[in-house]
Amino acid sequence: MNAPVDPKKLIKGGLHDWEVVVGMEVHAQVSSRAKLFSGASTEFGAEPNDHVSLVDAAMPGMLPVINQECIAQAVRTGLGLKARINRRSVFDRKNYFYPDLPQGYQISQYKDPIVGEGEVLVDMLDGTSITVGIERLHLEQDAGKSLHDQDPTKSFVDLNRSGVALMEIVSRPDLRSSEEAKAYVTKLRTILRYLGTCDGDMEKGSLRADVNVSVRRPGEPLGTRCEIKNVNSIRFIGQAIETEARRQIAILEDGGSIDQETRLFDPGKGETRSMRSKEEAHDYRYFPDPDLLPLEFDQAYVDALAAGLPELPDAKKARFVKDYGLSPYDAGVLVAERASADYYEAVAKGRDGKAAANWVINELFGRLNKEGLSIESTPVSADQLGAIVDLIGEGVISGKIAKDLFEIVWTEGGDPRALVESRGMKQVTDTGAIEAAIDQIIAANPDKVAQAKEKPTLLGWFVGQTMKATGGKANPAAVNALLKDKLGIA
Amino acid sequence: MSVDEKTVRRIAHLARIAVTDDEVGPLQGELNAILAFVEQLGAVDVSGVEPMTSVTPMAMKKREDVVTEGGRAAEMVANAPETEDNYFLVPKVVE
Repeated sequence: MNAPVDPKKLIKGGLHDWEVVVGMEVHAQVSSRAKLFSGASTEFGAEPNDHVSLVDAAMPGMLPVINQECIAQAVRTGLGLKARINRRSVFDRKNYFYPDLPQGYQISQYKDPIVGEGEVLVDMLDGTSITVGIERLHLEQDAGKSLHDQDPTKSFVDLNRSGVALMEIVSRPDLRSSEEAKAYVTKLRTILRYLGTCDGDMEKGSLRADVNVSVRRPGEPLGTRCEIKNVNSIRFIGQAIETEARRQIAILEDGGSIDQETRLFDPGKGETRSMRSKEEAHDYRYFPDPDLLPLEFDQAYVDALAAGLPELPDAKKARFVKDYGLSPYDAGVLVAERASADYYEAVAKGRDGKAAANWVINELFGRLNKEGLSIESTPVSADQLGAIVDLIGEGVISGKIAKDLFEIVWTEGGDPRALVESRGMKQVTDTGAIEAAIDQIIAANPDKVAQAKEKPTLLGWFVGQTMKATGGKANPAAVNALLKDKLGIA
Repeated sequence: MSVDEKTVRRIAHLARIAVTDDEVGPLQGELNAILAFVEQLGAVDVSGVEPMTSVTPMAMKKREDVVTEGGRAAEMVANAPETEDNYFLVPKVVE
């Protein structure tokens, strides 16, 4: 929390430099078929109130019964965050009134959460990494959804989300910039997706964050914080922090003070504004839910879940660096999504790991991004891309032709090896044929030949002409060697 | 422990119970009587005793992750004073 201050992260105010301090509460929807305490479906996008049980609608006399898969998912997540698993935890009622909360309280965990302290290792773009402390993770119910734009005087309430299981993951105030905050949520999302405990779909609200922001002069105690509620994209998290930090700095430099309050980020206007009406509701009067016994399990249960965890991104990244000789950066790009990492491994298996990484990252990811496609919907399979890498490795095609071949496989599909044969894309390594082409070019350009003796960089022009004359199929190494020889360039 | 008039009004508001000015005084008296009654427990030495919130010696009952309910939207909203397209309608609440 009091790590040395990096001057690059400071925000310049009118008078001083300021350090921003950020902590986050991330609400991650648990991946499960049914809700936390009822048998209604969690599926997104149903007709209004179609996925609602009598428990979710808080009909009198209904009792909650916990979904054991939600417990397992919370424990798996705790293990993935290297956190302490609490074998005894308690569900409490958090009391407040809102139309989309029919019980009048949210079942949550207050003093005794299911998961305690852990940590997340976050890699930054500049190659450094930070460790973000996790304070706790607890299970709670989601609320329903209110629509305010359907009628001038009425709000419409849909309880389909009511009772869906959420994991609230609370970080320590260990983040020192909007970049760090964004990287933290990105990493957390990656871990959750690897674990399969949350789909991380921010557009559907599966992952949203409450962001606590304060500022201070470097070395001073923590400033008063404001909580920005319900930010639902990683980009907005960055914007909300920047906006809020600057608002606070302006107030402090003006001689004012910060009121601790809940605020809302408006991406359209690029501002945060106070939600004063929420303040009074903050007296939640937590107490243990008398409808639910304490949640207890033994170490064997935790161990069994631990044994079933997949390889997590940090371990996978380290393995990619070690086994495939990748740079930490490339390995980081490949492990960001489990599907990407799996695809890469299928291509790299039995091949040059670096060449495979270059093709997956530069050509495939580049093309997928351009088309707005995910790795799951790639038209080029790992087998096909692997064959292209093989053809280059064997010297059958040049790197340049390989790109043309990739394009053909992308748009038309087919077996790369057969395509190379049928379309005559094989690299020409027959020096006789290359020599003939070079001789023609030399004969046609006596002036350039003369210049090249003075200016060896002209070699590039000759290489270009030769490649053109051979339809790009000449072996570049052979072309270079022959040209140097014939032009008399050392 | 006792509550003052202001606390009585606050608790009533948090519970969304309408309390008239006339009722505040008597309610304060009743609440304080209850609190005094509970306060007798303070005579018991509970140092080192873990707080107990349940007296049933049994494990929490759990359900399988299976969808068993839903598809009854019209019934869910049937008792609501006002509905439209199976939404509950409430007076407008916007932050």
